[in-house]
Amino acid sequence: MKVTLKLYASLGSFLPAGAHRNAIEIEVPDGSSIGDVLAQHQVPRENCHLILVNGHFAPPATADEKVLTDGDVLAVWPPVAGG
Amino acid sequence: MGWTGKVLRVDLTNGTCSDEDLNMEWADQYLGQRGLASKYLAEEINPKVDPLSADNKLIFVTGPLTGTCASTGGRYSVVTKGALTGAIACSNSGGYLGAELKFAGYDMIIFEGRAKKPVYLYLIDGKAELLDASEIWGTSVWDTDAWLKSRHQEPQMHVAAIGIAGENQVLYACIVNDLHRAAGRSGVGAVMGSKNLKAVAVRGTGGVKVDDFKAFLKATNDGKKVLAENAVTGEGLPTYGTQVLMNVIHEAGALPTHNSKDVQFDGARDISAEAMAEPRGKDGKPNLLANQACFGCTIACGRISKIDEEHYTVVNKPEYWHASGGLEYEAAWALGAATGVNDLEALTYANFICNEQGLDPISFGATLGAAMELYEEGIITDKDTGGLKLKFGSAKALTKSAELVGKAEGFGKVLGLGSKKMCDKYGKPELSMTVKGQEFPAYDPRGVQGMGLTYATSNRGACHLRSYTVSSEILGIPEKTDPHTSDGKAGLVKAFQDATSAVDSTGLCVFTTFAWTLEDIAPQVDAALSGKWDVDRLLETGERIWNLERQFNLKAGFTKKDDTLPKRLLKDAAKTGPAKGKVNDLGKMLPEYYQLRGWTKDGVPTNETLSRLAL
Repeated sequence: MKVTLKLYASLGSFLPAGAHRNAIEIEVPDGSSIGDVLAQHQVPRENCHLILVNGHFAPPATADEKVLTDGDVLAVWPPVAGG
Repeated sequence: MGWTGKVLRVDLTNGTCSDEDLNMEWADQYLGQRGLASKYLAEEINPKVDPLSADNKLIFVTGPLTGTCASTGGRYSVVTKGALTGAIACSNSGGYLGAELKFAGYDMIIFEGRAKKPVYLYLIDGKAELLDASEIWGTSVWDTDAWLKSRHQEPQMHVAAIGIAGENQVLYACIVNDLHRAAGRSGVGAVMGSKNLKAVAVRGTGGVKVDDFKAFLKATNDGKKVLAENAVTGEGLPTYGTQVLMNVIHEAGALPTHNSKDVQFDGARDISAEAMAEPRGKDGKPNLLANQACFGCTIACGRISKIDEEHYTVVNKPEYWHASGGLEYEAAWALGAATGVNDLEALTYANFICNEQGLDPISFGATLGAAMELYEEGIITDKDTGGLKLKFGSAKALTKSAELVGKAEGFGKVLGLGSKKMCDKYGKPELSMTVKGQEFPAYDPRGVQGMGLTYATSNRGACHLRSYTVSSEILGIPEKTDPHTSDGKAGLVKAFQDATSAVDSTGLCVFTTFAWTLEDIAPQVDAALSGKWDVDRLLETGERIWNLERQFNLKAGFTKKDDTLPKRLLKDAAKTGPAKGKVNDLGKMLPEYYQLRGWTKDGVPTNETLSRLAL
């Protein structure tokens, strides 16, 4: 299945070649979890503080259980805030 | 302790400056800064006065920790009746001016009356005088700063000034200090302009005494350790600044776009922190040069930027080629997503103009967004705009409008009215994204339910800094709540409002609260001041301040009817993103909020509530 991976701020350096504007569409095995995708790209889990799937919050602690589906957009940030 | 104990009262009408003792009874009840000056204002003016009349007062105020070694302890506020809103206004700023005011020997300056001709206040180590400002009237904030330092041969002087926007009483004119920090919102700069007061120039060499120095040093060092070790304040904010939120809020479907017609902006990535940090196409250099800290701050979230010298906005204007205050999230949103413009350099230029001329970029960008909708709907035409093509996405419309509004030239004069009065003028009040006359900041209440109640009940008109529930609803600080439900949000908003009122009264920056709780702040306040200051007292003080501000607004003529949102947010569902199909559920949250506040069904504090808070 295909998912779009978006890595922002300091995590942007873990995006594979071909990524554009912090995003890339990737092919992953059916049944892949958020944790699988992050591991595939060597994204340090301790730096994944904010995870959104299709804009919905996914608790980082449940990343290994949360299974993605075809067409999902996975966006991940290190610790950030603003205002 | 924590105070100099002195207030400077400046009678602009008669040209006199006099010292008086700080009312310590009020300081005990209202802590400082926002709370204390609001008490002075409520006691000294009729809430019904015209904000731009000589009867309004303008108060520059510090907190007990301003000028101390507490991290971020450099804040000051400007409190007055807001020109944009007619509500009580409190605009908070960083930089160095607040600390310098304490070093010069004062906790607070109260300006009253109106000078017959332009003046500035020159304050150096306890000596204050009003001097002729005719040479700098009509000049920019930046030129005023340079002129004052040169004139007085004081390079270490700190200056707060209005630009030509304040002189022209643009209703969202701000007061800029240290070139690019600002008491930004509610039109405090217009009030200053109405008083013919161009600038406040301060130099001080004193210090701030605290009650228990040993305990204070421990408490402030403990606090700094927490900030340094926290991933957000120790790493995220200094590296990426607030602008890192642009992609977060876009992905979360809560980015007000095209005057809130949409909740996501295709160009968000182009104007984000990530874009600021990467090499530009033309000159190969990034927009962002460095981060910068305000006085005493160990976070350093400020942005310092430089515009591409070949960009159309500055190609023949070397005066804009220097490094200066760059885009923060709110400014980038208003100048970008609200107007549909994704040209980062154009946004940076417009932001420079806002700093130079003394304009609140939030209200300016949001007002321009509303004007663009009026234009695209055919309500206004080229005839109204003087030929300006106010189309969503037009960088040239953005930068030209920025140049016109401070000068009050052409259509800039209409834009200077703010979104509400402008939309009223053209018979389309429903297109104004405002509460109590103040433009929204950068969060759409359809995608972040708590922010709807936050805007509707904010005492200074729509504002994110009165209860930043985004922290909980999107970022999960201190704990995650669901942004798409209104359940529990009344209590969340009240808790944020009370805590923030207290923090805004200390002299500390509210950004510390991404890492600190009141448990970290209370020991610092307690060690600085006499008497016991614990978390409960801070919260009670915050609640007292909130109710004092509410009472002021009720006396000014605001009612329950003003605690609302534009129909667009209550009736037109979000079209895309995770909040697709949702509107804001204010109707459910507001009655619960009134009840939690101890207010009547009409939003009036009950006698029991007032009595409990000693109001």
